[in-house]
Amino acid sequence: MSHLLWKQTGRLSRFLFRQNRIRMPIWILSIVMLTLTIAVSFTDLYDNKAERQAIAETMHNPAMTAMVGKGYGLDDYTFGAMMAHQMLLFTAIIVAVMSILLVTRHTRAEEEDGRMELIRSLPTGRLANLGAVQNFALVINLLLALIVGIGLFSLRIESIDVQGSLLYGASLGAIGYFFAAITAVFAQLSESSRGANGFAFLLLGMAYIVRAIGDVSNETLSWFSPLGWILGGEVFVSNYWWPVLITIMASFFLWLLALYLHHIRDMGAGFLPAIGGRRQASKWLTTPIGLFVRIQRTTMIAWAIALFAIGVSYGSVLGDLDSFFADVDMMQQMLNPVEGYTLMEQFITMLMSIMAMISTIPVLLAMLKIISEEKKNRTEHFLSRAVSRPRLIGSSLAIAFIVAFFMISLAAVGLWSAGTAVVEDGLDFMVVYKAAIVYLPAVWVMLGITVTLIGISVKFSSFVWGYLLYSFIVVYLGNLLQFPEWMMKLSPFGHIPQLPIEDMDWGVTVSLTLLAVVFMFIGFIGYRKRDLEG
Amino acid sequence: MTVLQTKSLTKRFGKFTALNQVNIDVNEGEVYGFIGPNGAGKSTAIRVLLGILKATSGEARIFGMDAWKDAVAIHKRTAYVPGDVHLWPNLSGGEVIDLFIQLRGGVKNNRKEELIQRFDLDPSKKCRTYSKGNRQKVALIAAFSSEADLYILDEPTSGLDPLMEQVFQSCVMEAKAAGKSVLLSSHILSEVEKLCDHVGIIRQGEIIESGSLRKMRHLTRTNLLVETKQPILDLGKQIGVHEIEKEGVEVTFQVDTENLDQIIRYVSTFGIIKLESAPPTLEDLFMRHYEGK
Ligand SMILES: Nc1ncnc2c1ncn2[C@@H]1O[C@H](COP(=O)(O)OP(=O)(O)O)[C@@H](O)[C@H]1O
Ligand SMILES: [Mg+2]
Repeated sequence: MSHLLWKQTGRLSRFLFRQNRIRMPIWILSIVMLTLTIAVSFTDLYDNKAERQAIAETMHNPAMTAMVGKGYGLDDYTFGAMMAHQMLLFTAIIVAVMSILLVTRHTRAEEEDGRMELIRSLPTGRLANLGAVQNFALVINLLLALIVGIGLFSLRIESIDVQGSLLYGASLGAIGYFFAAITAVFAQLSESSRGANGFAFLLLGMAYIVRAIGDVSNETLSWFSPLGWILGGEVFVSNYWWPVLITIMASFFLWLLALYLHHIRDMGAGFLPAIGGRRQASKWLTTPIGLFVRIQRTTMIAWAIALFAIGVSYGSVLGDLDSFFADVDMMQQMLNPVEGYTLMEQFITMLMSIMAMISTIPVLLAMLKIISEEKKNRTEHFLSRAVSRPRLIGSSLAIAFIVAFFMISLAAVGLWSAGTAVVEDGLDFMVVYKAAIVYLPAVWVMLGITVTLIGISVKFSSFVWGYLLYSFIVVYLGNLLQFPEWMMKLSPFGHIPQLPIEDMDWGVTVSLTLLAVVFMFIGFIGYRKRDLEG
Repeated sequence: MTVLQTKSLTKRFGKFTALNQVNIDVNEGEVYGFIGPNGAGKSTAIRVLLGILKATSGEARIFGMDAWKDAVAIHKRTAYVPGDVHLWPNLSGGEVIDLFIQLRGGVKNNRKEELIQRFDLDPSKKCRTYSKGNRQKVALIAAFSSEADLYILDEPTSGLDPLMEQVFQSCVMEAKAAGKSVLLSSHILSEVEKLCDHVGIIRQGEIIESGSLRKMRHLTRTNLLVETKQPILDLGKQIGVHEIEKEGVEVTFQVDTENLDQIIRYVSTFGIIKLESAPPTLEDLFMRHYEGK
């Protein structure tokens, strides 16, 4: 009897591979490429041991420890130690995200969309689907572990040896398998895929924070975080395998739990009570702006926290800057030292352009909400009622403006508050804030271009991401890669005066603002004239 | 008085002509049935009327105003229910109903609670958990909770169960009794037959037949089933007789309505034992037009 529970698991597993034959290779390849290029770039950046030791000094900083994990092997900061210390945690998070999305997509989301019902109505076992997802997650993470491991040691970098490389890969695979398992449990508990994703990401975030606090203050605490486990492996330095084994064992039990819960529950049901909604709308919900705010609230709060955190983490390294810069060729190349200004001031201007570009992402997301609504056939609810097209697109634009202001401000406040704590004489808030807020017109231009594209058609509107990526590459890496000046001037971010090193240039501010207004105007006209999809 | 009117309305998507010279007239207090198979262009016509799509040529007017230019003014007096209702998964049904009522502005009639009960909807559930029928109920409740002069309903019952379909039909009848006008797109013919005064049949973007239901019935055939003492001679040669089929002693055939009198006289000369007649259904009408003629 019991084998019938698993009937067709093999076939469903193969079907999962077919469904993901493009998505999974992209994920795995990106992770592998990221790992390998970073490993190679370390050898380019640091010529000798002295330079590596200089970097190791900056790693004693508690902010750094909180961000990337506890430094080990800092006395002899080999390429391997550097790789595991600076990259393993971040890569592990990416792998965890991949696994979470993968498992939710093929468990709760399938159930929600009614596809699971079709599968279950066929002669398949009750556990076949979840079993197949387990197989799939196992194979994907195993492949990832092997490719990363073999890839790393085949680079033949000094100190990146076979043992360490395989352990590095295995740590990534184990953490992926672990988060796949925990997501499978959440997919049983929660009634919606959004809920399952939410719980899994929350757990990932908590794992990161618990480890950060533990690494800084109390080592035992880190052992409560699965991310702490794999960092405990001290890859390339001590090469302990047992943390990976613990992670795999824990995952195994979680999978059993998920399968058990799946076995005893009804399809479509969950164990956590679904939160009931209100019977009536609150007053402010009943306008387009209110609705847009409501449906983006969570995303925007997450972005606000993220930008503040980015500000804080950049700010916290300002204290060690001078030792940092003195030894690193790359940073010096990027900054092109300017007479009369401290390295820190120059570094701040560079950070501001990066933070402004990151802040642009939620701004564009808020603006493009109107397009995702159109794609989901939900703008017709507005337009078939007494809402005009200018009012609809205007609502989206108003939110985008507010988001722009807040995101940049939060990043600046974050940078200032951490910076002023670690820099000897403190930082002048207004200097930092002006250097950030001066980027607003550039963000507005990006926003204006988005509005124009929205006015043209649904299809074109996502092109703006390409332009933002271009801006990022030329402005961030422009100096390093020695791009010609005109390439930077093709991006609005390349025009902004770099306060406090350069003087304020109101001409640029005004012309960019006007340009943004023109783009928005064109967009409004276009949006009034075009067919809407729904 | 004409409430809704299109004149030679044409809509092209690139090279594809979705609507070709479409004329629709909906008079005040009238329920207009807009029928046609999937992909005929019903939704496209309705979206042009709502000002969501721009007509390639021709005219679309509601309350005498231009459907594209005066969309907002028109929508204050119009209620629309789409066939496929997409809602925000993390809002509750009650919140969405309120949102819709507010967005429309105009007069509210405080029928919301009553309608929620009649349609048997739990408004505190998140839209994510609603089935297609429940999402349709949300749109229907919002539409009928507002005092509109014109209701535009695009296949509004495609996900409702028979019981709810009845509730829907009574809502439409009440609206009609109150002197409102309704444009009801549908391919459920029994519904159209029950509710509509006027029908327009659309196929491949063209209106191929329109008029009052009664007049259209005139154009169609009556189904007869007869059993006679003697076999009917030369039945096939009579004018207006079609589709003869013999089943044992019984014969079934169709008669053009204008020849009915004369055929009955002819058949009765063979000694009628049994005679059954079925009225022409909209279905026959529909089929006649849809059999690719
Ligand atoms: N945006 C569009 N672009 C291209 N073709 C479309 C578009 N919208 C509808 N059509 C086509 O127009 C025809 C009519 O569609 P529709 O009005 O939805 O039909 P109905 O509502 O009668 O089922 C269909 O063939 C459909 O494919
Ligand atoms: Mg349709």
